[in-house]
Amino acid sequence: MEIFLQQLINGLVQGSVYALVALGYTMVYGILGLINFAHGEVVMVGAMVALMSINAMLGSAFPPAIILPVALFAAIFACMLLGYSIERIAYRPLRHAPRLAPLITAIGVSIVLQTLAMIIWGREYHAFPQLFPNQSHNFGGAVINDVQLAIIIIALLVMSMLMLLVHRTRLGRAMRAVAENQSAAILMGININQVISITFMLGSALAAIAGIMVSANYGVVHYYMGFMLGLKAFTAAVLGGIGNLRGAMLGGVLLGLIESLGAGYIGTLTGGFMGSNYQDAFAFLVLIGVLIFRPSGLLGERVADRA
Amino acid sequence: MPQNRTLCMTQADNPLLQLLGIHKHFGGLLALTDVTLSIRQGEIYGLIGPNGAGKTTLFNILTGLYQLDGGTFNFNGNTYSRCKPHVLAEAGIARTFQNIRLFPNMTAQENVMVGRHLRTQNGIWAALRRHPAARREEKESAQRASELLQFVGIHRSPQTLAKNLSYGEQRRLEIARALATDPLLLALDEPAAGMNATETADLKRLLHTIRNQGITVLLIEHDVKLIMDLCDRIAVLNYGRKIAEGMPEEVRSNPEVIAAYLGGNPA
Amino acid sequence: MHKLLRNRKLHLGGTTLALLVLPFVTDLLFGRGWVRIEDFALLYIMLALGLNIVVGFAGLLDLGYVAFFAVGAYTYALLASPQLGLHLPFWIILPAGALLAGFFGALLGAPTLKLRGDYLAIVTLGFGEIIRIFLNNLNAPVNITNGAQGISQVDAMRIGDFSLGRNQELFGFAIPSVHLHYYLFLLFTLLVIFVTARLQDSRIGRAWVAIREDEVAAEAMGINTRNIKLLAFVMGASFGGISGGLFAGFQGFVSPESFSLMESIMILCMVVLGGMGNIAGVVLGGIILVVLPEVFRNGAGPLQQWLFGKVFIDPESMRMLMFGVALIVVMLWRPAGLWPSTRRQRELEATGDAAEQDTVYDSGR
Repeated sequence: MEIFLQQLINGLVQGSVYALVALGYTMVYGILGLINFAHGEVVMVGAMVALMSINAMLGSAFPPAIILPVALFAAIFACMLLGYSIERIAYRPLRHAPRLAPLITAIGVSIVLQTLAMIIWGREYHAFPQLFPNQSHNFGGAVINDVQLAIIIIALLVMSMLMLLVHRTRLGRAMRAVAENQSAAILMGININQVISITFMLGSALAAIAGIMVSANYGVVHYYMGFMLGLKAFTAAVLGGIGNLRGAMLGGVLLGLIESLGAGYIGTLTGGFMGSNYQDAFAFLVLIGVLIFRPSGLLGERVADRA
Repeated sequence: MPQNRTLCMTQADNPLLQLLGIHKHFGGLLALTDVTLSIRQGEIYGLIGPNGAGKTTLFNILTGLYQLDGGTFNFNGNTYSRCKPHVLAEAGIARTFQNIRLFPNMTAQENVMVGRHLRTQNGIWAALRRHPAARREEKESAQRASELLQFVGIHRSPQTLAKNLSYGEQRRLEIARALATDPLLLALDEPAAGMNATETADLKRLLHTIRNQGITVLLIEHDVKLIMDLCDRIAVLNYGRKIAEGMPEEVRSNPEVIAAYLGGNPA
Repeated sequence: MHKLLRNRKLHLGGTTLALLVLPFVTDLLFGRGWVRIEDFALLYIMLALGLNIVVGFAGLLDLGYVAFFAVGAYTYALLASPQLGLHLPFWIILPAGALLAGFFGALLGAPTLKLRGDYLAIVTLGFGEIIRIFLNNLNAPVNITNGAQGISQVDAMRIGDFSLGRNQELFGFAIPSVHLHYYLFLLFTLLVIFVTARLQDSRIGRAWVAIREDEVAAEAMGINTRNIKLLAFVMGASFGGISGGLFAGFQGFVSPESFSLMESIMILCMVVLGGMGNIAGVVLGGIILVVLPEVFRNGAGPLQQWLFGKVFIDPESMRMLMFGVALIVVMLWRPAGLWPSTRRQRELEATGDAAEQDTVYDSGR
């Protein structure tokens, strides 16, 4: 039972991060129908920028309560700028190109960002400093620490804010309109380029927050950290039904839970044949299983072919 | 029962297509309610009705894109339910689309040859070996495709990409592609949409020729004049129900039809 | 007409000769390392052509294609190495690998091919990862794949006493092992080109393209889309399986590392960058993406030395950086690939009409 609870907590924490990153994928996909392959690298850049800002301020007189928000904003700002530039340079010129062309530029951007990060920050793992005392709490036999608690709470907060933004504001309405029908949105006087840029920036801001969360949780930052995380988050977005915001959140949390529960129990389930090293395979197997029965993801609309 | 005007020998008891009490809904929206109609061998049958009346939905059921939620669908002596589009194409129902759906980056000839797919056999081995029988089949397909292009009135090079054809030619290419499947029933979804008067007149002649070859034609059309001139019988759909059926003159004077088109309540 | 034919014959003869002497010339000018790179280029061309059937012809986005390469390679490695103590001849293992890869293709394709484009992409990606993870971990409790260490001492390909793993003496010429592999791979590559070219211009090939262009219309015209897509998937997979087998026999060693997602992406880039659906374009894409990074790798260091007097960025990073930049620039410059499909050229020849249309296939959105 303790194991179950512990894995549940771990899964929720990991799932919150997945959900935030998955939102970035799903927002872009919803509007452009494009897999933004470089999104995982934005998460990594966010983590790196936060780390640099923190390290720069650590020696100074600033208290942690200032350092962290400053680092957070630096990371968000850097990522928004990055997201904006990626869209302008690599995707916008290809908006009417063959469907796979922007996918290849996305892959190109991803490779460039990863390599640049490696050149700038090196191949080594960097320790992410602990700014606040990180207390552990006993919770029915399982342990949850402050960082994990903060991750879950902040993720919930950010996601509610995003939902409000999308469903209650003018900007959100414009975003939904562009996602629904671009040409109609243009006719209604919506500046779709602006909406698309803002969407990329919003997604990137979420990625920055997610980047700091993972780094704080694991205590390390690495140039390669964005790749697998991005892949998992994209999987989560598809699991929930890509293009659907609620789907991304649900998919993220579910994937986190599946992974951690899977890792905890796969040994018992297979009679010791498979260990937790099959964790990743497990996540993908579940994804394939779900898509076979629900081809548009859990919350995806059924797209009837219009003749 | 009204007699078929061109074929004096009717096959009223043995219709080519028979729909009995067809239902179709999308969520809570009733797209088709209790639609019953039958189309006889060799006639030109028109389907009219205001936008959203369920005409295209009916087409999609006939061609297997949608599955019906109730009712019976008989075609050429067989009953079909939950059949895939390719099965219905093989049974002899071929269609065109309201918003042209060609294979834009294939040539005109290749588009029509795709229509021959179902009546040809060449597989992987034939493709690799290109033995005489395989070559013959391929040559026949190409030949047939060129003939069909001529037949529908596309006199350009058969190697022109479909997307570079004019609008009217694209519409006719769709018909040629459908004819290539050797259909018993040719279902045309607004074939005259966007055509000018000359093109429409050509289309009318073309459809007559097709019918005279023994192919039954089912057509959805907004051009009321065209449909009145062309069709042997007409059914009118409104809000997913059939409100009238009969010969053009009968339908034209039906008060419910007038109401559906002009709005207001039937007298 | 006669002249044209003779011209073509001359052309063909010239190309054949050039391909035959290529390894020797390369060896002479650039060193044996580059012959090895040519061998790899041929392997990748085969892979790219296999994937081209799936992505380029049938329009199914497969992000886990390398899984089939892995199946072929591990089939070879397991059946011809001390790992399981089996040493079967390669002319049995290669077809076995192709069959098994095809079987895996069917296994993955049958339930998933009804998925829409990007969903299929992520499923195939997942499948690729699953295969890799299994290869990585199937060393316990029973050691099958030897885990991350991989399988070494894989037998070289041989017929009777003639082994490609050693330098051989032929007609008084000493022919090194890499050269021998080059000729074998060239043979297979030509075979693959022949097969795809024939398929492309056939009833099946037309059905593939029709599905890519408009699946609903293709279905309505009587194409059994599920079977035809599955056929594309299985064909592509078995090509992957063959190149996997050749790879294992050439390399003498396989490990899961060679079959990462990055490899799948690389192969996809070859297809799209070269010109999706066009065999010549795909071949070009394969050559460029194998050779260019090597040029960067070898040239980046000296170039920096020459320009700045010191090496700022290590050649390996430079290689990746240039690779990424090249992908972006080429796609921006030519969204339909460097050498797009020839249909358009055929049309121009036939009609002489020059209606402008830049992209080859506009998105299916």
